[in-house]
Parts: sequence; structure tokens; C-alpha cells
Amino acid sequence: MELQSRMASAVLRQKTDISDTGRSNTGTDVFGVVVLFALLSFMLNVSPASADWNNPYPASISSGKTLYSTFSSPPKHLDPVVSYNSNEWSFLSQIYEPPLQYHYFKRPYALQPLTLDQMPEIFYLANDGHSLDQSEQANAAYTEYHFHLKQDVRFQPHPAFAKQGEQFRYHSLSEEDLLEIESINDFQFTASRNLRAEDYVYAIKRMALRQNHSPILDTMKQYIVGLDEFSDEVTNAYQQLLQDAGATVKNRYFDLNAYPIDGVKVYSDFHFSIRIRGVYPQFLYWLTMNFFAPIPWEADKFYKQQVLVERNITLDTSPVGTGPFYLAENNPNQVMKLKKNPNFHAEYFPQDGLPEDADPTLLNDAGKQLPLIDEAVYTLEKESVPLWNKFLQGYYDASGVSSESFDQAVSVSGGGDMSLTPQMQQKGIQFINAIQPTIFYFGFNMADPVVGGYSEKQQKLRQAISIAINYEEYISIFLNGRGIAAQGPIPPGIFGFDQKRFNAYVYEEKEARVQRKTIEMAKKLLAEAGYPDGKQSDGTPLKLFYDTAATGPDSQSQLNWYRKQFAKLGIELVIRATDYNRFQSKVRGAKVQLFSWGWNADYPDPENFLFLLYGGNAAIHTNGAGINSANYDNPEFNQLFQQMKRLPNGEERLKIVQQMVEIARKDSPWVWGFHPKALALYHSWLQNVWPNPLANNTLKYRNLDVQQRSDKQLEWNKPVLWPIGLVLLLLVVSVYPLVRGYEKRQQAKIRVSKKGVAH
Amino acid sequence: MFAYIVRRVLYAVPILIGVNFITFALFFMVNTPDDMARAQLGAKQTTPEMIAAWKQERGYDKPLFVNLEAEGVAQITDTLFTQESIKLFKFEFGQSDAGRQISADIYERMWPSLAIALPTFILGLLTAISVALLVVLFRGTVLDTATMMLAVTIMSISGLFYIIAGQVLFSKLWHWVPISGYQPGIEGIKFLILPILIGVFAGLGTGIRWYRSIFLEEMNKDYIRTARAKGLDEIKVLFRHVLRNGMLPILTGVVVVIPTLFMGSLIMESFFGIPGLGSYTIDAINAQDFGIVKAMVFIGSVLYILGLVLTDISYTIFDPRVKLS
Amino acid sequence: MAAVVVLSTYFSLALLDSVHFKINPQKKLQQGPVASYVNPYLQDWVDPQLHGKTLSLLDLFTQHLILSTERTYSAPFALQEYSSSIVYTDNGVEQQFKQLQYAGQHLDNPDEIFKDVTIKSIYALVLSFFITLAIWLVHGYFRIKAYIFRDISVKIQPLSWNSFYLALLTVIFVLTWLFYLSHYYHVLGTDKVGQDVLYQSIKAIRTGVMIGLLTTLVMLPLALILGISAGYFKGWIDDIIQYLYTTLNSIPGVLLIAAAVLVMQSILNTHSDWFGSTEERADMRLLFLILILGITSWTGLCRLLRAETLKISQVEYVAAAKAFGLGGFSIIRRHIMPNLMHLVLIALVLDFSGLVLAEAVLSYVGVGVDPTTPSWGNMINQARLEMAREPMVWWSLASAFGFMFILVLAANLFSDRVQWVLDPRAH
Repeated sequence: MELQSRMASAVLRQKTDISDTGRSNTGTDVFGVVVLFALLSFMLNVSPASADWNNPYPASISSGKTLYSTFSSPPKHLDPVVSYNSNEWSFLSQIYEPPLQYHYFKRPYALQPLTLDQMPEIFYLANDGHSLDQSEQANAAYTEYHFHLKQDVRFQPHPAFAKQGEQFRYHSLSEEDLLEIESINDFQFTASRNLRAEDYVYAIKRMALRQNHSPILDTMKQYIVGLDEFSDEVTNAYQQLLQDAGATVKNRYFDLNAYPIDGVKVYSDFHFSIRIRGVYPQFLYWLTMNFFAPIPWEADKFYKQQVLVERNITLDTSPVGTGPFYLAENNPNQVMKLKKNPNFHAEYFPQDGLPEDADPTLLNDAGKQLPLIDEAVYTLEKESVPLWNKFLQGYYDASGVSSESFDQAVSVSGGGDMSLTPQMQQKGIQFINAIQPTIFYFGFNMADPVVGGYSEKQQKLRQAISIAINYEEYISIFLNGRGIAAQGPIPPGIFGFDQKRFNAYVYEEKEARVQRKTIEMAKKLLAEAGYPDGKQSDGTPLKLFYDTAATGPDSQSQLNWYRKQFAKLGIELVIRATDYNRFQSKVRGAKVQLFSWGWNADYPDPENFLFLLYGGNAAIHTNGAGINSANYDNPEFNQLFQQMKRLPNGEERLKIVQQMVEIARKDSPWVWGFHPKALALYHSWLQNVWPNPLANNTLKYRNLDVQQRSDKQLEWNKPVLWPIGLVLLLLVVSVYPLVRGYEKRQQAKIRVSKKGVAH
Repeated sequence: MFAYIVRRVLYAVPILIGVNFITFALFFMVNTPDDMARAQLGAKQTTPEMIAAWKQERGYDKPLFVNLEAEGVAQITDTLFTQESIKLFKFEFGQSDAGRQISADIYERMWPSLAIALPTFILGLLTAISVALLVVLFRGTVLDTATMMLAVTIMSISGLFYIIAGQVLFSKLWHWVPISGYQPGIEGIKFLILPILIGVFAGLGTGIRWYRSIFLEEMNKDYIRTARAKGLDEIKVLFRHVLRNGMLPILTGVVVVIPTLFMGSLIMESFFGIPGLGSYTIDAINAQDFGIVKAMVFIGSVLYILGLVLTDISYTIFDPRVKLS
Repeated sequence: MAAVVVLSTYFSLALLDSVHFKINPQKKLQQGPVASYVNPYLQDWVDPQLHGKTLSLLDLFTQHLILSTERTYSAPFALQEYSSSIVYTDNGVEQQFKQLQYAGQHLDNPDEIFKDVTIKSIYALVLSFFITLAIWLVHGYFRIKAYIFRDISVKIQPLSWNSFYLALLTVIFVLTWLFYLSHYYHVLGTDKVGQDVLYQSIKAIRTGVMIGLLTTLVMLPLALILGISAGYFKGWIDDIIQYLYTTLNSIPGVLLIAAAVLVMQSILNTHSDWFGSTEERADMRLLFLILILGITSWTGLCRLLRAETLKISQVEYVAAAKAFGLGGFSIIRRHIMPNLMHLVLIALVLDFSGLVLAEAVLSYVGVGVDPTTPSWGNMINQARLEMAREPMVWWSLASAFGFMFILVLAANLFSDRVQWVLDPRAH
């Protein structure tokens, strides 16, 4: 733009004074200098006031206790009946409250009541329904859980509850009512009401409705008495209703309250019960999940109005909960905002349960009423680069550590412990790390004729490969050491994991350290399996096919690494990389040979991991629905699994679990892979950070020092100004020769025309 | 004129049907409706009952092009293709596979896209024209050669480079602007500066070369020579005649892209985390959300055809000799 | 001329890289006399570690680069790894920068590196002088011969041999320098899994050139035939062809390509038994991508040709030819085609450079070449994340952009030159 104004002034000058070039030249230079000074002084004036030019937030929301965080992909569903994704749960769990929660500090993981007065009462029932003693529980045909609700739990203020006289104000909306309304928070009137037992029952009923696509309905049908029949009944009735009315699931309300479920009973506003088949101690863990969060029928009815659906205002986008926060802005492609729920019931920061060796300052807020912050702003960050940079600039309060930024952030000390680099410490950044209850495994399809099978030779092939794939190296290259190689299916922190029992088929004890067996031993096993030097009987190298859904930028080096591992044995690995959809359907159809996948604990129980290897869940036996993707099916293992499932944690159960793990290690249906370590960094102004991978509703425990944050932000983001000055200077300087050049041309032309030579 | 427009609109119908056909054929070659259901229902424990319910709800249980079970015309009409195409022609985009209302989403995400694309377009045009004029003014000098060399260099560098270098320099090292993000309204300007600057710069090379050749051609025309021979001032000639006459081919050339500005820039938006239509589309492809893909392809085609019509109309406006019939 | 030298260097590297073979000492080759003749020589030349692998001719010259794989990142000319790692020593665990295995092994003292590199660079410079000189002499001999026996009546346009030799010298110097020094150092550093970045960049040339060249070859006949027949025959043929390209054009380009690539992937996946090795699969995917790009990118040129044909067929001499009763085909061949050739050539070279750049963008979106194929797009895509490291890992990014820039710049300059020579208005 500078250039253009220079030209304009040149034009001006040409018009007024064409004869005297010398004088006007000084004029243009003065003009340029004036512009430069004007711009510079403009900048200098502005810069002290707002030194953080690069602050990605509007100035208006920087006051108050606002936490800034990120999310990596837009949440698709915020309806608790269908959401089953940690990304979505990180919002949902702050808004909705299932009956139980995990204690924030306690290890091993412990349950505590959330909206209940006390832990649920448990009754064991015989076939005819009469109550059994504690001692007879192994023979129980049914278990019944009784829930007693707290009396002070109220829903967030919401238009669905608003009444005008006896009528609900907003339950039959028309287009005119919604002229000013873009989101759920734009309604003029809101109201609230107490949480009632029927709201929990309503959630279970919604789950049963097939049209709601609940991911756990088929699991729950096996347990909750009467849910199966109820599900068929309401699904058909709803289907019929929709057909008759020509409506869709989105805009037609269906009154679930009119239908009862056998196994779920309401006794009073604050008391209900659930009866399940047999004994299933893990059922309580399910009750910490959002599937069992209360849903008020008023909200369901309210949202099923066409005019709201057209504005993307549905239960799937605008939750109604009793939790510590409510969703104040839902813009999944940009920003999500949570604000403190004014109606939140009395819950206090835990005063006990903190392990001995933990930092005692974590209890500074003990006994204070939750939540401790006013607002949380989550910004969408799909890429790790901007996320990391903004964290370092102080605009995010916490961040994970990508493998790219690891070196910058973390150093490993002499003792093998991780600590922050001096650069991070100087900024006052802190970190937590904890092994996740997760396993990433490399599976063999046990139904495959080459890599599958249960004969000793086939076992040895798998064992040889298990030794060759050096996950210690994988962890060091791709995860910067953030993980541990797995010794079996059960991750640390889950009942049944034992530090001392290593996988003797892959590891050996050498020089007082457990080490991976050498590649020579793997080659020997491979030869015994019938593939000396990786060659088949006809002399050609054994060729195995590996399916993966890895198409990200990092995948190429990982795939090359896998090929290198197999090349150590002389086996040629052919990689078939596809998108996740196709990968999934191939695995379900058992059309793969080798594949890698992962599993994240739903609840802290070995059953949640061992059932991935239970024969009854094999993909080939269940038409693709089962989650035993390796199709592992060992009768002995299966029988032990059934036994283990019913037992409470204890000596007997531990023995069975360990037996099962040992069987699986021998058969090696998986290369056990690794358990990742979560490493999170956070700034010094963020308080009460404690790793709890199973609890999702931890936002209410966080606290902030806002003053410290804004000081640091200013300090870290002083704009560097000299390049602007330099560019301006260059522009001004370059103008002079241009003008000179132009004038020369003009004069040259005049001279030519004076001579009268035709141009 | 009116008759012409009507004819063009009618002509657009077979093209749009063709576009739809290609979209449907390509998409369903990759994905069975079962795949789509699984992708939407999540990875954990999806049962056949759940998939059947999902498909039925969205009409994906119908056959794609030919319904062999139906009678007569219904063989063609009672298919996924015909049903969905009719909805598209009525601009009813329905809901995405993930269950959101597509038209509401598009309306919301259109603005960020425009906020980037429009200024980039206008500034790019202005800058390139100004530089081209300057170069024409100094044609044959060192400045001319140097600028043209620079233009070729700018053209030859990958656009990804500008983005990465820009982010490192302006955001990471110098703290001038936020590295990525978006905000509606006046406060959003700081997010837009960098992508717009980069967009303008990356397009500069081609622009300068094109406009320069147009202006030079104009320069060589007889009336310009006459004007200059008369001793008219060089700059006057440039602005009064060359620029004015050169604008005709430039404007008719760029009109075709104006409607497609709505679609947003895919790369820019995903690098700078701007929630526009470009990133909307690419996310939909990655998530294989057919509802969104078909809507966006359809809108893209409509806009493109609109661009063609606008080009024709602009010819008549700028050049009275051209008549549309 | 300089552009031609650079372009032909890239093309010949790509060509070298496209000749594939497998060396298998245990197995007698049955691939005919040539292979069985060459095989024993190759066997000695190729490192035993690479036996039984599919190699290209180019790999023969760069095998030291394949073999010198480090553990992880290292900077250009570095002797140590870029990041520190945990080492188990006698006194416990320690964090240290490990020495590289394949860089600067010949040096006694790491401080000598600068001196060593300078000396070796001078060697390379001298050597390349001699090579250029040799070429100059041979060329000079032929020129003198041609000068003596020249046909005096024909006036030859002098070519700019000076710039040719300057460019040749530069290219030869760069090549010898890279080749020579890459035996001792990682000239452009190594990537995350320790592969030499120079090797990757060179391997990527083939992908880039293939995409640029073959795609233009695929689209050329389509555009020529359809464009000219639309412009010449008019009527319903014109209508159909116009319909075709408007339809294709109106689908947003990236969407169309993305969808087609996904289709291709699913076809490849359902027929995974077609391919013996990962390389074959990746090559197949590359070919399919080229085909898709060709099919989606002919519309622009076709439109141009149609308009130009329309114009030309109005010209008097074409009308005259028609009046003489010449067939449509021979009119096209004799009068129309020659008048279109300059347009075609310019458009092709511009498309070529456009496609090389497009590959990077497509790979970024995830619909480009196979992630295992070495390509600049893949390198950039990977390196993008590395920019967040502190200190930055800049070398893969820089070399990918550098190699790509030189190719595209050469192509652009070449097209400028062609335009200048062929366009009568430019003189």
C-alpha cells in the first residue's frame, strides 16, 4: 500500500510542477519519512497497552477464573445415550452426573456416591425372588441394587422446565418464537427442578430405544432384567408412531414413561432399584458412565421440535444436566465453553485419600465447595504445532506433550525418572505422568492358516515374531519413552497386574534385569516353526500381510519400522494401509493376517481386558460383532474366564487371572505391545492437577491463579518490532531510485521527441 | 438476456444430475452403508441391529440406482439416488450422517470462509495489478527483469512453504499474530492477517505475470502509441487507457472464481484452524460423511455454473459489442 | 538452456530410478540373456545386505545411503544424534548424545570436520571441472566438424552455449559433491528413523517427475482429441464434450480427486493379492493416482483447444482447404494441429509444474501417493510436525522444498522460453 501512495504523490507532483525535478524530489522524501514516522509512532503507542498482540482470546473474557484448554476433534454427539468417546466425555462428564463417581485421589481406584446419599444397597436374590445371605451370593439368580438420591440435586436452569401457568412455556414452539434464537441459551425464560429417581429410569429407557443408537444396549440387555423385551416393545411402538405420523426420530417425541421395565422400579422421588441377572460385580462401574446419567423427560420432549432441530438445537448438541457446569457455548468447530452451574448441589473437595508420597499441596483446597473455577474455554486444536506454541505462550493452561516437543520439554535423569528441562522449569511449568489403563497390541488372526492355529509350531512362529518386534525400541523412537512394553493383556493399576511376573516367552532375566530375548533366540524359534531364516519350504521368504489404519503423517516411519522388525527374521512384511472404516470391516470379517489395535479400559477390572480374548467374543463366531479381533479361542481360557467374571476381587480371583494370562502368553495371540504413559504439562497457575485416567469429571477440582497467568502472558509475548521498521525503511529507500528512474525516462522521451525522431 | 439466463439454468440441470451421479457412484464404490453406519456409531461393540436401525432411519437401506424390487417407474424413482437428488435440487440438505443439520452448519461456516477468501481475493487483485502497472511503467529496465524473475520464483515455491514459514516467523518468533484460530467480528482480524497475507503473496507471481502481459499488449496497441506520440504523460496513459482497457480481460477472467470463494480454501483453513467450509468439506471426506460430501459437491457445482453465467454477463457489461442470445 | 540441463538431470535421475531389478544370488535368473549376463557383475557390486531386495539402477549409486541408516534424527554434517537419549551404563542410566554410526568415521578428531569438508569440496569442484571440460572437448569436436561441413545457405540460430556450460558445470559439481561427501557424512541429515534425507529427496524425484510427466501424457490425448473434435465438428459432438468437461469441472477439484483416490484404495485393498510386495503396491497406487489426475485435469486444456480450433477453423486457408474437398481428418492434421502445438506445449509444461506442486498438497490432505512412497509431499507432511521441535528439525523440510523448487523453477523458465520462441507476438 505504501508503494501506491508513493505513486499517487508522484502523479500529483507531475501535474503541478513538471519542470523542476530537483525540488519535488525532496518533497517526496519528506512525505515518505512522515509516513514512516506516523506508522512507527502508531505502533509504539499501541504496543505498551496491548503487548499480547497474539492473544487468541477476546479481551472481554480474560477476567474471572477461566480455564483455557483444548480439544482435538469436534465432538459429534453430546447426548449421553450415544456418546462413547473420551473426547466427548471430557465435556459431558462435567455436565451430567451418573449415580457414582471415582474418588479423585484414591488408588486403587475406588467408587464413591455422586448424586446418592450412600453407596447402593445390594441384595442377592434366588430364582423365586427371595433374598439370599451374603454367603450364598455365588448361587444368586439375580442381584438387586437400590439407589437413594441426595435431595438437593437440581438441574441447570433450562427453558425446557420453564412454565407459564400449568403449561410448559416452550413445548410447542413456532417459527415466530425463534426469530431471535440461535442457541439454547438465547431463551428468555428458564427454570429448574429437583433431580428425581424417574430421571435415571428415563435414561435407561432411552437407552433401550433402538432409534437412539445406544452403544451399550446389547451389553446391558444381557444383564438388566426385562430390558430386552422392553427394548423390542418400545422400538416397535416408536417405529409405528413415526410411520403413522410421517415424522422422523428428531422431531417426534415418544412418551417412554407410559411403558414399564420389569427390572427397574421407582419407589419414590428419591429411591429406585435395578435388578440384574446373576452376579456381575462390575455393574457398579457402569454406573459411573454417562449412559446412566439422568435425563429429564421435559428436555427430551422440548428438543423434539422441528423448529429447534433446524437450528441444530437438540439434546445431542445442548445437554441438560445436574453437574457442576453447563454448556454455555457449543461451537464444535471452534470453541466450547462451560460455565458454572448456579444450581450445583453441595459437593466438597476431598479431604482424604491422597497417597502418602504425593504432593500435600494438592489438599490446599480440601473441604472447599466445588467447583473452584467459574468458566472453562476449550478451543479446537487439530494440529500439534499451534497447540504447543500457544501453550508455551501461556494461552493454554495445560498441554500434552507430542513426540516432536518432547526433547524441548522433558529430560530423563540419571535414575531413569523424567523431569522437565531447565527451559520449562524456568517458565514454572509442571508435569504429571501416569501409565494409562490402555493397551496397544499387535494381533495375529488366530483363524489364519499361517499365523493362526494352536499347534506348537504355530505358537513358535508367533513367539519368534513377538521377540523380534522390539517394543522397547518402538517406545523410545516413537513415544520418547512414554510407555512400557506390555507383558500381557492387563495394564498396570488394574487388578491382576503383577510387576514381578514377566512374559517368559519373550523376556529373560539377565544380569539382574529383565531383558528381551535376543534375535538369535527368535531365529531359532522360527527355524523350529518351519521357517529357517524366514524362508518357506520352497526357499522363498515368508511373506506376511499387515493391515493398519495408519495414514497420518507419522505413519510412514512407523510402517518402515515394522518392516525392519520383520526383516530381522528374514520375513517380508507387506503393508496394507487403509482408512479406519475399511480396516475395521476387514478385521471384523477376519480378513486380516496381522493388525494392530488398542483398547482403553472402560472400568478398572481385569474382565474388561480379558474379554478381548474370550472365545465367545471372537469376531468370526459373532458375525463381526465381537471384539475379540484376534479370534483367539482357547477352551481352557474360556472356561476360566466364565469363572473369573463372577468372582469379587480376592485371592481366588487373582490366581485365576494369572493362570489365564499365562495361557495367553504361551499362545501369543497378540504381541503384547505397550501401555502408553500420559504425560501432561501445565503452567504453575493451574492447581490441583492429579492424574485419574478413569474419572472424567475432574474439572470441578481444578483451581487457578489468574493474576499470575496474565502477568506471565504479558511477559512472554512481547512482539518483536524491528522487522516492521526494517521493511518500512526498505520501502522508503527503494522509492527514491524508482522515482529517479521514472523521471529519467520522462526526460529521455522528451529529448527524443525534440529531435523529431519518430518513436 | 432473461431468456439467456433461463436457458443456462435449464442447461445446468443435466450437469448437476451428472455431478450427482459421479458423487454417488464414487462414494458408494468405497463405502457400503454398513461401513458408514459403523463409522458413525463408534468403534466399540456395534451390533447388526444397531446398524440396521441406523440405515433405515437415513434411507440408506434403499438400493443405489435401480430398485429391482419395485415396479415400473418406481424402479428408478424409489432409489437412494433419485430420492436424494430431488432433495438436493430443492436445496434441502437434511442432516449429516453424524446427525447435524447441514444447512445450519453451512450457514454458520460460510462466514469464516468468506472472511478469508474475499479479502485475499480483493487484496491479491489490487496488489498484483499495482505491481504489474509499476512493472509496465518501467518495462525493459532492471526493475522489470527483477520483478519477473521474482514472480517466477514465487510461482515455483510450494504454497505449503509460505504457510509454514509464515507461521514460524510471524507467530512463533515475532509474536505478531496468534498462530491459528478464529473469532467472529472485529476481534477476528488478528487471526485473519497472516492467512490473507500469505494467500495474497502466494498468488502474486501468477497474477503479476498475467496482468503484465495484458497491459503490455494494450501498451502496444495503436491508440496508445498515438497517445504517447502526442506527448501524453506516461502515467496518465497508463491509468487512463491501459488500466481501463486492461481491466476488461482481467475482470472477465476473474469473475468465474468469485462464487467459488464461498467454498473456502481447504489448505489455509486447515492450517490456520479456521472453521470454514473448506475444512468442513475436508473433515467430511476424512470422516466419510456422505450427507455433507454430497451437499458440498452440489453447492460447489452450482457456484461454478453461476460463475460461468456471471462471466458471460460480465462480457456484455464491459463490452457492448457482445450480445447474449 | 540452463533450465533444460536441470530438467534433463531430474528426468534422467527419475529414469534411472525407474529401472527395477532384484538380485538373488541363490536363484538362477530366467529373465533372458541380458539379465543373466549382467547379473554376476551386479552381484559383486551390490552389497550382500541388499540381495533379494528390489532395487533400481539409481540405488546402485546410492547404496551406501540405504545402508547407512542411523537410529534417529541427525542434522546435516552432524557427528552426533540430534536429541539425547537414555543409555544404560555401568553407573546406571544416563542421558547423552549418541555418536552417529555412519558419519565422519574417518575423522580422528571431530574438530577437523570443517577442514575435511572444504578439502573434499575442492576435490569435487576440480573433478567436475574436468568432466565438464571433457564434455566440452567432445562437443567442440562435433561443432567444428559441423562447422566445416555446414550448409552455408542455412542460417543457424546460435544457442546460448555459455549458460549451458555454466549450468552443466553447476549440476555436475553439485552431483559429484553430494555423491562424494555422502560417503562420509549425512549431507542433508537424517529423519526420525535415521534414514538419509538426501537419499529420500533423490528417490522422491521419480515420484515427482512421474506424476508431472505421465499425468500430462495421460491428459494430452484426451484433451487433444476431445478439444479439437469439439471445436472442429461442432454440433452434437461439441455439446456432449462440453457437457462432459463442464460436469467434471464443476465438481470441486480436490473433492473429485479425493473421492477417486478413496475408490482406488478400496479397489487395491480388495485385490491385495495382486501385489507381491509393498513396492509394487505403492507403484500401482502411484499409477492410479496419475491416471486419476490425468482424467480430472484434461478439462482446462480441452477448453483452450476447443476455443482455439473454433478460431482457426474460421480462418481463410482452412475454409479454402475445405472448399478443395479435403477430409476433416487431414485438415485437422495439416492445418489445425500445427497451429495448436505451441499452446499445447506451453500448457503441458505449466501443468507439469502445477502437478508437482499439487502432489505435495494432495499428500497433505491424505489422498496423495502411498505413505510408503518416497515423495516430497510425504516428506513435507512429516516434517511439518517437526517444526514444533525446539530446536527445529528443518532439514527434511528444506531439502524437500529445495528439490521441488528447483524442478518447478526449471520447468517454469523452460515454458517461458518456449512461449517466447513460439509466440510470434512476443518478438
